[in-house]
Amino acid sequence: MSTWDRFVETFFNAKVMLKYYPDILSGMVVTIELAVLIVVSGLLAGLALALLRALAIRPLNWLIIFVVDLFRSLPPLVIIVLIYFGLPAAGLSPSGFVSTWLSLAFVLMAFSEEIFWAGITSIPRGQWEASRSTGLSFWQTLINVVLPQALRLTIPPLTNRTIAITKGTALGTVVAVTEILGQASSAMSNSYNPSPLMMGAAAYIVLFLPVVVAARWIETKFAWKR
Amino acid sequence: MIETFLNPEIIAAIWPIVLAGLWNTVLLSLIVVPLGLMGGLMLALLATIHHPLVRWPLMAWVDFFRAFPPLVLLVLLFAGLPFAGLELGGFACVAIAFFLNTGAYYGEILRAGIESVPTGQVEAGRSTGLSRLQAMTHIVLPQAVRNVLPDLLSNTLEVVKLTSLGSVVAVPELLFQARQAQSVTYSPTPIVLAAIVYFLLLWPLVRLLSRLENRALAGRR
Repeated sequence: MSTWDRFVETFFNAKVMLKYYPDILSGMVVTIELAVLIVVSGLLAGLALALLRALAIRPLNWLIIFVVDLFRSLPPLVIIVLIYFGLPAAGLSPSGFVSTWLSLAFVLMAFSEEIFWAGITSIPRGQWEASRSTGLSFWQTLINVVLPQALRLTIPPLTNRTIAITKGTALGTVVAVTEILGQASSAMSNSYNPSPLMMGAAAYIVLFLPVVVAARWIETKFAWKR
Repeated sequence: MIETFLNPEIIAAIWPIVLAGLWNTVLLSLIVVPLGLMGGLMLALLATIHHPLVRWPLMAWVDFFRAFPPLVLLVLLFAGLPFAGLELGGFACVAIAFFLNTGAYYGEILRAGIESVPTGQVEAGRSTGLSRLQAMTHIVLPQAVRNVLPDLLSNTLEVVKLTSLGSVVAVPELLFQARQAQSVTYSPTPIVLAAIVYFLLLWPLVRLLSRLENRALAGRR
């Protein structure tokens, strides 16, 4: 057997791949579920915090800034481990799935709050004053005048950050979530063969590469023309 | 509550273990950040060659590593390569994975920085007799780095946070040490302590970044 044959036999073993591809597929479903939950809840929570911050209530803003700073400085894996292994001591036992979801949603919330807030503050005061003087309320001004302009600004940094955090779903494998990497790792140790891992790697590329390419396109479309 | 999550006796007992982890995290960061920057600089310099045969493979390379989770890369190196007869230690795997992954991110940032310097400056420099290399190192790069400094710092923060992945391949950094201590003491205190240490270590950088970013976005209007 030539070296090449042995390489293929080891890393792309047809028999092993045939046996374990359903596991990888079910891992992909879990990864997609986690990713969608994280993106939706993280971005909504981030936007909600940014809107609350616009109310300019001093103690509330300090609290928001502290929470945001906290989740920006802690590594996501530390947050996952903290929730998964720490909360049971307080009587709560979130599953690995829930721990990963909550952790990454908090991280995305923190980053997106900063981006949304920067977008909101970048709208000149004059626009607020003009809208309010035409009789719009605070919330009407925020939602109808400021936010549409602010959101456009935030799209390029937001897409990048969202992809980077969503990739973190792979961290769930540390707390026994059966997403792609978890499935691939256990299939590898059951079959003593790295082919499932190669399939898992391919699955990530299939899921995330289109998103990265789309993000590149979005970045150029919404880029600031100077 | 304090008894469970920040038990003073446990803290006193495990403090040396966590401290050793902190030291290793700092050391690991001091190695992988320059490594990633080096990889990124190489990619950014390659990107100045505007030939399709360089451009497209480069873009594919960068997009590949932007799409590929760093933990998967690390596991692939750590658990996959031994099947090809190549057994690297956890530390070497972390170094290679970071060089590839964070290099792609640093590369994109530095490329944007280099593109932000007007070409007229290179032409002016070249016309005074500077070589291409001299024009790059003396004129373009200093301005490029200054223009994208917030992004570079922000990525560096992410890289330092990412060193916690080392715990998965048994590199004795802060998170790994805390988890070891946790499994000995059956208490969440070591993990909480590690989180506090990470926060104290990185909070100043987060504060600085938040100021820089707000100024950058506000300044564009």
